[in-house]
Amino acid sequence: MEIRGVRLRRRTFLGAGLAAAAGVTAISCGRSSQLGTSWRFFTADEAQTVQAICAQLIPSDRDPGAKEAGAVNYIDIQLTRPFRRYQKTYRRGIAAVDDVSRSKFGKPFVQLNSDQQVDALNAVEEKSGAFFDLILAHARQGFYGDPRHGGNRGMASWKMLGLPFPQVRGRQHYDVSENG
Amino acid sequence: MALKRVHAVIIGAGAGGGVVAKELATAGLSVVLLERGKWHSGGDCRKDDLFNQRTQVLGAKFGPDDERNPRVLVDEHGQESVVIPSDGGYSNNAACVGGGTFSYGAMAWRYMEKDFRMRSTYGAVEGSTLADWPIAYDDLEPFYEKAEWEMGVSGDDSNNIFKAPRKKPLPMPPLPHTLEHRILQPAAERLGLHPFDIPMLRNTVPYNGRRSCMRCRWCVGFACELSARTGTHNTVIPAALATGNCELRTDSMTKEILLDSQGRASGVTYFDVHDRLQEQPADLVIVCGGAIESARLLLNTKHRLFPNGLGNRSDWVGRNLQSHSYAGANGLFDYDTFDDIGPGASIAICDYNHGNPGLTGGGMLANEFIRLPYQFMASVPPWVAPWGLEHKEFVRNAYKRTIVLIGPVQEMPLFDARVQVDPKVKDHWGIPVARLSGTRHDHTIEIGRFLAAKAEAWLKEAGAVQTWKRGFGKSLSGGQHQAGTCRMGDDPRTSVVNKDCQLHDVDNVYVIDASVHVTNGAFNPALTILANAYRASANLLKAWKGSKAAA
Repeated sequence: MEIRGVRLRRRTFLGAGLAAAAGVTAISCGRSSQLGTSWRFFTADEAQTVQAICAQLIPSDRDPGAKEAGAVNYIDIQLTRPFRRYQKTYRRGIAAVDDVSRSKFGKPFVQLNSDQQVDALNAVEEKSGAFFDLILAHARQGFYGDPRHGGNRGMASWKMLGLPFPQVRGRQHYDVSENG
Repeated sequence: MALKRVHAVIIGAGAGGGVVAKELATAGLSVVLLERGKWHSGGDCRKDDLFNQRTQVLGAKFGPDDERNPRVLVDEHGQESVVIPSDGGYSNNAACVGGGTFSYGAMAWRYMEKDFRMRSTYGAVEGSTLADWPIAYDDLEPFYEKAEWEMGVSGDDSNNIFKAPRKKPLPMPPLPHTLEHRILQPAAERLGLHPFDIPMLRNTVPYNGRRSCMRCRWCVGFACELSARTGTHNTVIPAALATGNCELRTDSMTKEILLDSQGRASGVTYFDVHDRLQEQPADLVIVCGGAIESARLLLNTKHRLFPNGLGNRSDWVGRNLQSHSYAGANGLFDYDTFDDIGPGASIAICDYNHGNPGLTGGGMLANEFIRLPYQFMASVPPWVAPWGLEHKEFVRNAYKRTIVLIGPVQEMPLFDARVQVDPKVKDHWGIPVARLSGTRHDHTIEIGRFLAAKAEAWLKEAGAVQTWKRGFGKSLSGGQHQAGTCRMGDDPRTSVVNKDCQLHDVDNVYVIDASVHVTNGAFNPALTILANAYRASANLLKAWKGSKAAA
């Protein structure tokens, strides 16, 4: 009954499924080495930068973070779809992040250490608030949102929150027999 | 070339239009029901937390689509921008068969007696067009009952001592209580409040040939694959079609109401699914597009006699746009409050709807629907860093340990909170779009602060270790509960339709949706829209004297 939806989002859907099968850690390593091969909107450098930003916004700890969950993949896909209207904002915003990084530390964002990246992002948050809010919202979507859109690889965030997967429909775990 | 003439053409297959279609078709009138959206089924209901009617991150799942339906928003600072349906500020309501009732949370409230006479209860509020309805609760009571029993409402409001008198109980019992409900109920009772099971347009036992709720976590904003949640799409609209007297045309965008030389309506023009302009002649034109689109259609209908739009001689069409401003609080507990059992909202109090010292009205308070992980971002308290490990750590620890209590504030209507048609921007079909402007009234904000404090107190009594308020600012209110733009009244100088929902200016054009609400109660408006549609249909049929159309 969901044939139509599957057809429309087949690529995303299959991608998420494969990622789930392969496991979170393995994919995150594999994916990093592939940066630059399959981006829809970003250049390889931009993708690296966005991935590094996402990794600071939702870092990994004992659970995967936005980087491992492929938030950059979600953003890249959506920028060619409903988020087309944000393409310019991203192009300029990413450049602004690197500008800030260079002026503060003399290096592009991806080459900074973690403390420096946090410093740089704090500055971006103040200077380019609109872009910061946008990428923060998108990173959260790519981490906490449905995997079918290219993020939340391996249902990383849902596992972190202890939500059951496969998604549970009520009758599977709740006794409604008295209600018919 | 014109299509075959019918008795009535109805614009919009939502809450109002669905009921009117069924009532008229059942009485033997020929009806064409035009809907700009599609007829979705439960099979369309992927439980996608980024693409649904609640979150709308990647678009509004049940319409309207982002590509063809812009609006212009003038914000509270006077900044003008073009907005699309998935933007905040667009004031979207679903565009599909069933309208908002296809994917809503399904609360089925009767407004209270005082909600119909706010002005005489509280007196004037400076800067507000606050007024009484031209009808009273008693006029609607039989139709509330009809909606409850014909469509099917579950719940138990016997402990709600504030409710308006009802002649019949609800036809279905409430669902068994969730953990959240069991935490909140004794706390409310300890505070001397009167908690009860929210009336819901949702089957809790098999009813009218449909199954009962299976209690999943994806309720509000999603389609129900069991069709256990009740809207016009699975009740009155199929019933209308089953009479053989009603034809539903989806993907049909109405352009304007046609008027003859005397200024009476003779039908409508609309763009069909292939964007071809069609002409549908009819004896009656019944506008049920929701407060923004109904006003837009009237304003886009120009005539020698109505140079400023149909029904707009007194400049009241599009005025008093109101909705509900939600205020409340979040509570963090030191144990799990989440049992993953839907649909979510179940317990409410009406202790603060009226009689609050110094306030004109108030609001109902209820627990919130289940917050899916991305939606939960709005539940992170302001003192937690918005990014980095601290944020992630909070979400991880708190996701299953929070309860949100929230309620709709009855808004003070404003003459300048309004829908106009934009002079420049047009939609995909070349029709001038709605232009929204205005603000909320300061007193609405004051009531919100009051309600948020009450929510916080309830959560604290329930054992929350930390609480934080949710509120709203000055920006224009709209969204799904949009209302007020074609005010019902006895005086043509200060209203758009009479108490039968008939335009003062043209006797064969009706507006039957929340546009006619003078004030909007402090409750989700669906049941009131349905009840008023039953009432207006009954009055319309009483006055009906036959027509030129072939039966």
